[in-house]
Amino acid sequence: MITFEGVTKRYRDGTVAVDDLSLEVPTGAITVFVGPSGCGKTTSLRMINRMIDATSGRIALDGQDVREIDPPTLRRGIGYVIQQAGLFPHRKIVDNVATVPYLLGWSRKKARARAMELLELVGLDASLASRYPFQLSGGQQQRVGVARALAADPPVLLMDEPFSAVDPIVRASLQDELLRLQSELRKTIVFVTHDIDEAVKLGDTVAVMRVGGRLAQMAGPATLLTEPADDFVREFLGRDRGIRRLSFISAKEVRLSPAPSALVIDEDGRPLGWRTGDGLAAYGTFNPETDSLRVALDAALLSPNGIAVAVDEAGRVRGVAGRDAIDELLAEHAPPAAGPFRDAGSPRAAGSPPAGSPPGGSGAGISEGVPT
Amino acid sequence: MSEEPLIRWDWIARNWANGSPTAISVLLENHVVTAFLPVLLGLIVAVPLGLACVRWRWLYQPTAALMNVTYSLPSLVLFSIFLSITGLTRSTVVIPLTFFALAILIPAVVDGLASVPDSVRQSAVAMGFRPARRLLLVELPVAVPVVLAGLRVATVSSISLVSVGALIGQGGLGNLFIDGWQRQFYTPIVVGIVLIVVLAVLADGLLVLAQRLLTPWSRARRTT
Repeated sequence: MITFEGVTKRYRDGTVAVDDLSLEVPTGAITVFVGPSGCGKTTSLRMINRMIDATSGRIALDGQDVREIDPPTLRRGIGYVIQQAGLFPHRKIVDNVATVPYLLGWSRKKARARAMELLELVGLDASLASRYPFQLSGGQQQRVGVARALAADPPVLLMDEPFSAVDPIVRASLQDELLRLQSELRKTIVFVTHDIDEAVKLGDTVAVMRVGGRLAQMAGPATLLTEPADDFVREFLGRDRGIRRLSFISAKEVRLSPAPSALVIDEDGRPLGWRTGDGLAAYGTFNPETDSLRVALDAALLSPNGIAVAVDEAGRVRGVAGRDAIDELLAEHAPPAAGPFRDAGSPRAAGSPPAGSPPGGSGAGISEGVPT
Repeated sequence: MSEEPLIRWDWIARNWANGSPTAISVLLENHVVTAFLPVLLGLIVAVPLGLACVRWRWLYQPTAALMNVTYSLPSLVLFSIFLSITGLTRSTVVIPLTFFALAILIPAVVDGLASVPDSVRQSAVAMGFRPARRLLLVELPVAVPVVLAGLRVATVSSISLVSVGALIGQGGLGNLFIDGWQRQFYTPIVVGIVLIVVLAVLADGLLVLAQRLLTPWSRARRTT
């Protein structure tokens, strides 16, 4: 657990980058610091491994004040992934990954063996090990950056806008990869981004920061979407909050009906389309086991008759869900009622706090709740 | 004089290695030593001085200004200054040439260190490098291509400037020019020019080769 207690960073020219920040980063989960530029999210991250020292307040790592630890020693125990990957251009990939093990005095052989393990873990081919960074694509470099950060198996991982310099498709795959890795590794990850969609996708907890280095709201992503603490958070979250929130509801409970005869199915049980007067019309599918309600709704909207086709992993039809079935589940998961004449800007008390949400963090929202 | 050919091959053959201190091979050797010594000394001084200029920013402007002024002085002036101190010795040529080399190499070291991408420096800090190790294992190696580019310029210009030292008898192959002018005899002049050019091209080629071997990764700089 990483604890910020009244942490302030004031520069000599008087600029306040972080203002009295108090929050807890839970162990084994991804906490995202998100906010517009100038909100102090990167500064906050860098104060954890003392690349920047706080002006006042205290940051503790499992109870120990980071200021009591010699910075290089502290940093070797904390993985760090930087925006442009920051790979050492003069070192081969394998040696880049083995950087911290080398610094810790491991033998070359052991360090390299470990590096090879990590390359595999992040999904890179072993043949890349002897290349130089410039020979890799941006996405590959960023994977190496993650492997390097994990090399000495640190319990804590700091990620400073690691995926912002790659194209959207690569970014999405890197995000998925990170979630897959995290489900195996259960590191304590602090992830900084300015992209709210990335924050909502990756974060178990999301800390929204506002310009001037103050915490606006800290909550789980689903809570954040339904109950933004104030106008700033609401605006920062952007449009379609209601639809986006459906990503956090599993489609598992959607009531399925047997496929009607209008759905044409091939001999393997896979859907071909909806029968219409003069041919086959488009259809949308979702996998109730793995997909969210958002995908199910999307699938329904893609079909001319408003019926989503449920399929299994192999793509075989398991049933269908009409909009009525989806509506039932939507109603079950409706945002908590907060009282009359209020939209989603309801006070925190109306919802149950997410599992990992610290009391101090969510409190920031209450005092600034904006009536509508 | 009008029938004097541009090159008398027999003169070259007779004067290549005839045991005299003015034999072409001896002059060539002198030229090589007198040209490379300043570059070597310059590099030894420029690295710590360049580092100091990066560490203490205020030091760079005055250092660069001083070096530029030195570079703008005609080499002849510098030679005559040192002539009164070191006399008719090789040092009288080597010391001014070292200053010329410094004028190129100090900015090269400073620019080289400045060329280290911020993300690289920061990730080195974040990985837990201590300052000295970071400099030695990350920043200096990454600066090598820029430093080597400066080293190429310094080397070639040093090879060409040595000839001026002929005025005090320490010019290596430059001595052939004086000999040729005084006797209105072209062969030594041509030999001198050709050998100096060959020497410069050769030295530059060796440095390019060294760069290929030392920094197989340096294409990264151009692609990113």
